[in-house]
Amino acid sequence: MPIPDLSILIIDENRIRASIIEDGLREAGHARVVVIHDVNEVGRTIADTSPDVVFIDLENPKRDTLEHFFSLSRAIQRPIAMFVDRSESQMIEKAVEAGVSAYVVDGLKKERVKPILDMAISRFNAFAKLTRELEQARSELEDRKIIDQAKGILMKTRGLAEADAYALLRSTAMNQNRRMVDIAQSLVTAAELLGP
Amino acid sequence: MSTTHLTAGFLPLLDSVLLVLAREKGFAEAEGLDLNLVRETSWANIRDKAALGHFDIAQMLAPMPLAASLGLTPLASEMIAPVVCGLGNNAITVSADLWRSMADHGALGNLAAGPSGAALAKVVAASRRKLRFGVVHQTSSHNYELRYWLAASGIQPDRDIEIVVLPPSLLPDALGSSGLDGYCVGEPWNSIGVTTKGAHMVTTKAAIWQSSPDKVIGMRADWAQAQPERVAAIIRAIYRAGEFCADPANHAEIAQIMAKPAYLNAAPDIVGRALSGRFEIGAGAVAQVPDHFIPNASAANFPWKSHALWYYSQMVRWGEVTSSPTNAAIAAACFRPDLYRAALAPLDINVPVLDDKTDGTHDRPYQIAGTRGSLTMGPDQFFDGQVFDPSALDRYIAEQARS
Repeated sequence: MPIPDLSILIIDENRIRASIIEDGLREAGHARVVVIHDVNEVGRTIADTSPDVVFIDLENPKRDTLEHFFSLSRAIQRPIAMFVDRSESQMIEKAVEAGVSAYVVDGLKKERVKPILDMAISRFNAFAKLTRELEQARSELEDRKIIDQAKGILMKTRGLAEADAYALLRSTAMNQNRRMVDIAQSLVTAAELLGP
Repeated sequence: MSTTHLTAGFLPLLDSVLLVLAREKGFAEAEGLDLNLVRETSWANIRDKAALGHFDIAQMLAPMPLAASLGLTPLASEMIAPVVCGLGNNAITVSADLWRSMADHGALGNLAAGPSGAALAKVVAASRRKLRFGVVHQTSSHNYELRYWLAASGIQPDRDIEIVVLPPSLLPDALGSSGLDGYCVGEPWNSIGVTTKGAHMVTTKAAIWQSSPDKVIGMRADWAQAQPERVAAIIRAIYRAGEFCADPANHAEIAQIMAKPAYLNAAPDIVGRALSGRFEIGAGAVAQVPDHFIPNASAANFPWKSHALWYYSQMVRWGEVTSSPTNAAIAAACFRPDLYRAALAPLDINVPVLDDKTDGTHDRPYQIAGTRGSLTMGPDQFFDGQVFDPSALDRYIAEQARS
């Protein structure tokens, strides 16, 4: 564990993502991690915890507010600037792509900050992947429901067995070069329009 | 003509209109540009993504390329602005409570900068707490305009009031008891404050400094140098969009375009106010602001080096950068009238011959020399009667330091 332990502040309106990053940092042995969800609390939090590293998600519209606060505190406290200098452009690139921005107290050694930033970036990416997968699972479930509905319509109106109804949907989709869910959706819509 | 892909970042503000029209009305396409617009959530994101090359170009606050080139901001690198997205468009809006106090102290309710400022000075002197004003970014035209207006009205920004930074879309909601007493922002966020928060517009950018620049198209200097043809195409597309926007016959259509969810996501009626200059300013009052937003006339798209220097003078004034000939040269080099002229002069377009002009000496339209005869310029006065002569920059800076 690094000694003395660095103080880390995470600002993220997304509570789940914030806790995923917090967990990662704690698992890596960082005990001094504080999470806030609103930039407006940053003044008090900085006074209380004097963070060495500050993370904020790029979607947060209050990044300008945060930076202005840093510039005001420059005279009073320790300067905080965006990580890192130009020589670390690959690192910045990775961070921006992951959707996170990091600010670091002036004078901290790169090698102390890098593992922390790496951790935050990988957790941001993991969260984005998770969100994508969840979205995909959700839409697959939605697709399945529509296909089941269309199958039911075919079974009822044409007296088909379930396997045959499915086969008919699939062959129609292949013939028309469309997705099965689109064929199913058309069928469901048509049935609704024509329905009793 | 082959088409080149171009990614541009913008913020949902009325003066992203030229960038939007360049895409929506085909001006970019006509120049061989496939313009892809990306809406951002903060000026910090615009700055970072432009610096990293995620954006080829971006709508920027006029002082942003200066701040980047002067090394005042993170990821600092040399940035240039070869074309301006219009003059004016900002205003200062206060809460209903503050407006009542200002009216009690002689504010007139006609957007005149002098009386509004004098009334605010009396309120500030009488107030038991520090009033708090919001701007959108530190190195922003809004910050410098607000400070100019305050200082010329006898209010010392850093001593007498507090200035905080908030994104434009959050300013109206922050007005009121616990948050802000007022803010300086571009449209439609003043009109939205008036409509949704009972706020009151007290003055405009056009009243503080007539015909003054606000947003620019910014880009990395090395990127621009590597592809002069693309830069010229961008300048022409923005100029044509400006011409289109300047025609009142197009305003209804433009308001519809800008109102879309992908852009401002606001009511066309509110969006249209900045185009017509006819504002509801609060408590049922209506004001007509001549030249509120000038998208093309008065050489509005021309990047005057003297305008860059004015912003530089304000950065010096408020302690953001030290005054030196080197820094002044860096600031002036950010605005590129040479690129603008090279892109437009070959066409049948009249472009200013000089790179600098004096501001504050014309109270009515006047003529300057253009590449194709004389060019009509709008009045350029500061509300306090001061004159900005770029050839006497040091004296201007020294006088402001004393005041």
